[in-house]
Amino acid sequence: MTTQSTAIKVPGEQAPERSGGAGRAGKREGRRSEGTTLNVFSHGFLVVWAIMIVLPLIWLALGAFKTDAQIGGSALSWPSNWHFDAFGRAWTKGIGGYFAHTLIVLVFSVPLTMLFGSMAAYVLARYPFTGNRLIYYFFVSGAMFPVFLALVPLFFMVKRFDMLNTYQGLVLVYVAYSMPFTVFFMHSFFRTLPNAIHEAAVIDGASDTRIFFQVMLPMAKPGLISVGIFNVLGQWNQYILPAVLMQPQTSADPERYMLTQGLIQLQYQMGYETDLPVLFAGATIAMVPMLVVYLSFQRQIQAGLTSATLK
Amino acid sequence: MSHVAQGRGKYGFIAGFLFAPLALYLTFVIWPYVQTFGYSFTNWTGQSPTFDFVGTDNYAALLKDEVFRGALWHNLLLLVFVPLVTILLALFFAFMVNAGGRGGAGGVQGVGGSRFYKVVYFFPQVLSLAILSVLFGAIYRSDEGGLLNGFLTKLGLIDANHPVEWLNEPNLVLWCLLLVVVWHGVGFYLVLFSAAMQSIPKDIYEAALLDGAGRAQTFFKVTLPLLWDSVQTSAVYLGIAAMDMFVLVSTMTSGQFGGGPDHHSEVMSTVLMRNFLYFGKSGYACAMGVVMLALTMILSVITLRATRRERIEF
Repeated sequence: MTTQSTAIKVPGEQAPERSGGAGRAGKREGRRSEGTTLNVFSHGFLVVWAIMIVLPLIWLALGAFKTDAQIGGSALSWPSNWHFDAFGRAWTKGIGGYFAHTLIVLVFSVPLTMLFGSMAAYVLARYPFTGNRLIYYFFVSGAMFPVFLALVPLFFMVKRFDMLNTYQGLVLVYVAYSMPFTVFFMHSFFRTLPNAIHEAAVIDGASDTRIFFQVMLPMAKPGLISVGIFNVLGQWNQYILPAVLMQPQTSADPERYMLTQGLIQLQYQMGYETDLPVLFAGATIAMVPMLVVYLSFQRQIQAGLTSATLK
Repeated sequence: MSHVAQGRGKYGFIAGFLFAPLALYLTFVIWPYVQTFGYSFTNWTGQSPTFDFVGTDNYAALLKDEVFRGALWHNLLLLVFVPLVTILLALFFAFMVNAGGRGGAGGVQGVGGSRFYKVVYFFPQVLSLAILSVLFGAIYRSDEGGLLNGFLTKLGLIDANHPVEWLNEPNLVLWCLLLVVVWHGVGFYLVLFSAAMQSIPKDIYEAALLDGAGRAQTFFKVTLPLLWDSVQTSAVYLGIAAMDMFVLVSTMTSGQFGGGPDHHSEVMSTVLMRNFLYFGKSGYACAMGVVMLALTMILSVITLRATRRERIEF
């Protein structure tokens, strides 16, 4: 447990430094050298953790270029097979399909989540009416409960609608389960928008619906982007809901696995077929879009998530 | 609150905007939650349309269920160690990133490249648990092909002929899973604590430095008390995550829906899923869901109470 010992070392390593700067006369000097030592020390630990993050991921991607024997033989062997054939096999073994299924679901679920979430949040944030607070807390409290609590009845609910293993079923469930966070986030956003603009629009004769779509929604764009990215990540990475709801119900029912679910499927399958490069290639294919989304939007992601949780 | 919506005829608009979101939310989230309580008092199998009311039989059976009790114990262990280790590491790194720089005239400074560290550390947070499962499944491989065993063999710490069976070792498996959760979570909490640290006014630090406080003192006397709210929130979030653990346990460990070897990594969610989808005991599984909810609620309240301090404003 290297991680634990790292954390425990902190006070001990810093203690001598502190006493070094205690003397009144050499205080300034002492503090400066303390700063330098601490700087080296901080970089040391920070670099170690950064390596612990990056190295396994690179190692995983390199595994796609190894042979199966190489993967089993030694972890530190350098790949010998610089071809993309494992990626090709992973794609045809199902990753391509899982990718497509996930995209189909997200193309509908994310915009619907944003639309419904914003509509509810807007009304709750800017229109006082009886039961407003109640409905707001009702929406937001959903984030507190473990999804497991709902899983058994949810399965039979979706079954009753005849929507097990269908895209539309999963879309509706994703939208519903994304409501708590989306409403919570957009609610605080709509509250900050100025009233004057709303009033001006009213005087110009715009209807409430029109004000929402043409004035308020465009103004809430920064918030929409943050919460949109969050929903993309959350729904893309969802595992439990598709694992329960997206199983073929009859032999005639085609499989519509999501990417996460399919990757786990591939993990079992490749264990038997002993073609691990395919598994590593599959995981890499699943990882790359997230890496791209993350690096392009990392500022919004970090700012959005922290502002939402710090409130 | 807005005062623009005083006019009449607004109720139609309000109802129209709330209808679809509420209908979806009620159907797929709230109603299933409510139903779980009802089903937990029945012997429903999930297959047959009929079932009997059995009172608290399921709950009584849960108390006697060795596997569930073991799982509960593992969840409690995780509940203590996941937040503890993650928060300590995240606080440590956040302080290093924000205050570990060379002390200049300006006093406390961040390290160079702090932006870089934050970007790298946060990355695991956007990976799906399925990817983590594949990645750490490979890292923990029980032969020399595993990254961990490979390294330890190279360093001469373990015998190449007897590599460690990380995920098959009864006493190791839970801690191996803990490490995955920590690896995944530290970056997010580092960013969270960093944001909180940066909102602390610089002059408080300067005053502390002028009074002759060292970095460690500054951290324990100034930074930590001002961060307490975030630490508390984080403990609750991490506690909720530690109650779940389903994806990692069910995909990385042996057994139907994981939990192996011999139930040593069993958590409540895996026992629940096995009873629901494998043994066809839906009523019993619902009772487990209710217990999980009750524990989540109790533990959130305890965490918030136990860590309550006087709120410091700045």
